[in-house]
Amino acid sequence: MIAFLIKRLFHAFLVMFIISVISFAIQDNLGDPIQQMVGQSVPDSERAELREELGLNDPFMVQYLRFAKNAMHFDFGYSYFYGEPTIEVVLRHLPATLELVFATTVLIMLFSVPIGVYSAIKPRSPLSRLFMGVSIVGISIPVFLTAIVLIQIFAIGVQFTPFPVDTGWGSWLNGLLSTDGGMPAYGRGDVVHVVGTWSTNFASLEGLSYLVLPSISLASIMLPLFIRLIRAEMLEVLQSDYVKFAKAKGISMRRIYFVHALKNTMLPVITVGGVQIGTLVAYTILTETVFQWPGVGLMFLDAIERSDIPLIVTYLMIVGLIFVITNTLVDLIYGLVNPTVKLTGKPA
Amino acid sequence: MTIAPTSSSTTSPSSRWARFRSSYLLYSFKRDWIAQVCFAVFVLLVAAAILAPWLASMNPYDLAQIRILDSELPPFWIDGSDPQYLLGTDAQGRDLLSTILYGARVSLIIGFGAVMLQALLGVTFGLLAGYLGGRVDAFLMRMADIQLSFSTLMVAIIVGAVIKATFGGAVYSEYAVFILVLIIGLAEWPQYARTVRASVLAERSKEYVDAARVMGFRAKRIMFRHILPNTLSPIFVISTVQIANAIISEAALSFLGLGMPETQPSLGSLIKSGFDYLQSGSWWITLIPGAVLIVLVLVINLLGDWLRDVMNPRLYKG
Amino acid sequence: MALLEVSNLDVRFALRQGDVKALRDVSFTLDRGERLGIVGESGAGKSVAAFTILNLIAKPGYIADGSIRFDGRELTTMKPRQLQQIRGNKVSMIFQDPMMTLNPVLTIGEQMIECLKAHRRIRRRDAREIALNKLHQVYIPSPERRLDQYPHELSGGMRQRIIIAIALLLDPDVIVADEPTTALDVTIQAEIMELLLELCEKHNVALILITHDLGVVSQVTQRMLVMYAGRVIEQGPTREIINDAEHPYTQGLINALPQMATPGQRLNQIPGSMPSLANTPPGCAFHPRCSFSVDANGERRRDCREVIPTFVRSGNCDVACHMVRELVERHSPEHDASDNGPSEKREAL
Repeated sequence: MIAFLIKRLFHAFLVMFIISVISFAIQDNLGDPIQQMVGQSVPDSERAELREELGLNDPFMVQYLRFAKNAMHFDFGYSYFYGEPTIEVVLRHLPATLELVFATTVLIMLFSVPIGVYSAIKPRSPLSRLFMGVSIVGISIPVFLTAIVLIQIFAIGVQFTPFPVDTGWGSWLNGLLSTDGGMPAYGRGDVVHVVGTWSTNFASLEGLSYLVLPSISLASIMLPLFIRLIRAEMLEVLQSDYVKFAKAKGISMRRIYFVHALKNTMLPVITVGGVQIGTLVAYTILTETVFQWPGVGLMFLDAIERSDIPLIVTYLMIVGLIFVITNTLVDLIYGLVNPTVKLTGKPA
Repeated sequence: MTIAPTSSSTTSPSSRWARFRSSYLLYSFKRDWIAQVCFAVFVLLVAAAILAPWLASMNPYDLAQIRILDSELPPFWIDGSDPQYLLGTDAQGRDLLSTILYGARVSLIIGFGAVMLQALLGVTFGLLAGYLGGRVDAFLMRMADIQLSFSTLMVAIIVGAVIKATFGGAVYSEYAVFILVLIIGLAEWPQYARTVRASVLAERSKEYVDAARVMGFRAKRIMFRHILPNTLSPIFVISTVQIANAIISEAALSFLGLGMPETQPSLGSLIKSGFDYLQSGSWWITLIPGAVLIVLVLVINLLGDWLRDVMNPRLYKG
Repeated sequence: MALLEVSNLDVRFALRQGDVKALRDVSFTLDRGERLGIVGESGAGKSVAAFTILNLIAKPGYIADGSIRFDGRELTTMKPRQLQQIRGNKVSMIFQDPMMTLNPVLTIGEQMIECLKAHRRIRRRDAREIALNKLHQVYIPSPERRLDQYPHELSGGMRQRIIIAIALLLDPDVIVADEPTTALDVTIQAEIMELLLELCEKHNVALILITHDLGVVSQVTQRMLVMYAGRVIEQGPTREIINDAEHPYTQGLINALPQMATPGQRLNQIPGSMPSLANTPPGCAFHPRCSFSVDANGERRRDCREVIPTFVRSGNCDVACHMVRELVERHSPEHDASDNGPSEKREAL
């Protein structure tokens, strides 16, 4: 357990180190704090003095260490645009993103496992073929396009009237093809304050309705991926000798599917899931942009537009930290679930 | 139990063409109508994109041809359309069909270019890691792991943001095609590296590589003459998927304002520019280029799926 | 009545290029407590035969024809649920590779107890007790601890012992062992084989041993079948076949054993290799490799090339070979020369 943990932690620190070096390099090369602090009118001599005073002429290593030390205390300086500590800006936007990611993860877990398992158990059934067909279409639609299409259909509404409107059946068919829209698709709506900077969408139906379209959009890209992965893994496991042996033992198919096969299927899925968390965060940038969801993704994009370097750097560091923590947790869970990883001190 | 694969190797493989004609690849292509339709659509789209300057009724890059008065005209099946503009016009009065043709061209150029760069980097690193092993392998694969755990799109966005902040928006727009190829190429090399490494490791343990080594061939020769050819089929298969991914990445970056400028639009930046007019009812500006993008990516993905089933290479999982 | 009666079994694999016939017209019987060996090269259809007995062949494989009667009940048409009650309970299996046979994420105890619970209404604690007892029987050191271990914590030989214990859990009538020692170290092979033999004798369990190792077959079994390209070509008492094989292929197999070779000389091997099941030659499948199928003029005998040989009785053995039939008929003129294959085969059984 200890050795495994140390290895994971070392890996986590390595990744954080690389992220911090990159972040610092960005800040060092692109950000000019003097400009931001004093404006244009101050003479060059005074600027040079200030540079010296702030330690901006120190060697790279000295400056990096100072950056790293401040970063340990989550001190990343002030945002050019907001004029307040960047960490506060990020923390204000973070709950919105985390709630969106949470809702999406729930959707993915709720649907990917049953659908993936079903289409592995019955690979030739029409329903499985339908799932597979829909999932490849899902993979092929960029997340922002899904979002746009959802907005058009459910928020704006579609009036498609190819059938004669004056007949009863015609207007009924037209009704099937048309939508009224009205789903909220802009921002978070009314949120309920919980604690600190955390306000939640989960407290009311009204709040939840704002989550529907964004989380479906975000899930649309990952869900097919997981369905296909679970199906492929499960198909492979069902071919294995130990499943055949279980059949030869006279175990019920239910138990074979859900005890023997599913557990082995989920092991690689957990690993991939860990990697996909990164992708999910990247896609929040796109989803939040389309829905004007006030999370860190949208904040990051605005920061890029405004060249708000300290805010960009803070975003990188915080998102990097979240990646590293979740990846380490996923590794630990994998180790706990998979008995062949020596987590415990038991002699092998 | 052994069941001989019945790949029809009856004709003497005298020429490459004859070998191709008797190959299993062609055999299963002939039997799979989905693959045929996808291939046809793909060829059609690529041809239309290449021939855009001749097919398009106007050049969207040429400001002189644009009439701002004709902006936001709907496509032909909706009242108020102008027969001159088959699919309507965008907010700047550009013919949408022409703009889409040019846009698809840009998307495809970036997609293919980025995949070529990815393959070049990934295959080189993958061969080195797999063949040399040891520290080189550990270092390269750790890099790949870290980059992948950060997600390729994320890396692309960050690199794009940094480049934009460094050189400014104007320079970024001017060299956008080049920059996008670079960004997407750099972001996705680990996919190739891992796949190539996996098949190198599998090939390396085979006897013919030992034989080559015993005969005194140098590492470089063994890698390029003996191992690389055997890794080609997985490379080929992931390349199709990677082109689809690269086109999506380009669209995503453009949609975020880190891609092609509106004056030189790709499918992604067309979708972006149209998105602002969605609320005002001009859905076609964003949804028609969107549909083209989806069809393009979908046929490539379906072809990739089909290839994977047929060639069944050893692919890196996860 | 025999315990297990397999007759005229045809198993095919539906592949894209058409059906591949994996088993053709396979018939044999097994009595209570009897030990039967099935011998052949890899690809002869031995493993398919093993899986077919429990109706376990996976798609695209299917039973095209024939019957499998166990204890008077027909298995080929039995409902899945009833079949489930026979599998692991009345007939159990031992697989080839113990490293792959146990589920890596379940403990040994779990994999034993679930088997008991699937077939008996039994409390978990009692099931554990039985499992422990069986582990004792297969001489596993500190069995109490093993129950809570995972397969990867044990060696290959140890795992195969556990699999034998699982096979014995419900005191079955038949154990089908598919090359149970092939994947093990040579030093452990004999131990495991001895254990299997000992337990079968002790509990009066019938054994179907599938192997390519003639030595093992001669030590363990009382009767044997020799398979070639999906067909049984010779069957009879093991001792008789080993000492005096009739079929040219069986002779070739026995002559190829290292102990049959003169020191300092090359090993005797059968020329050529077994055809794949997808394109077996017409007539006797062995004829292209058979030196007896060549007549005095140096040409292939026509019957060998065109006619599938039926069984002929020779001593206590049944042999499917044109050459053997000729010899038998020459030496026993009272034998009816007119060929009525199927009835003859029945009688052979």
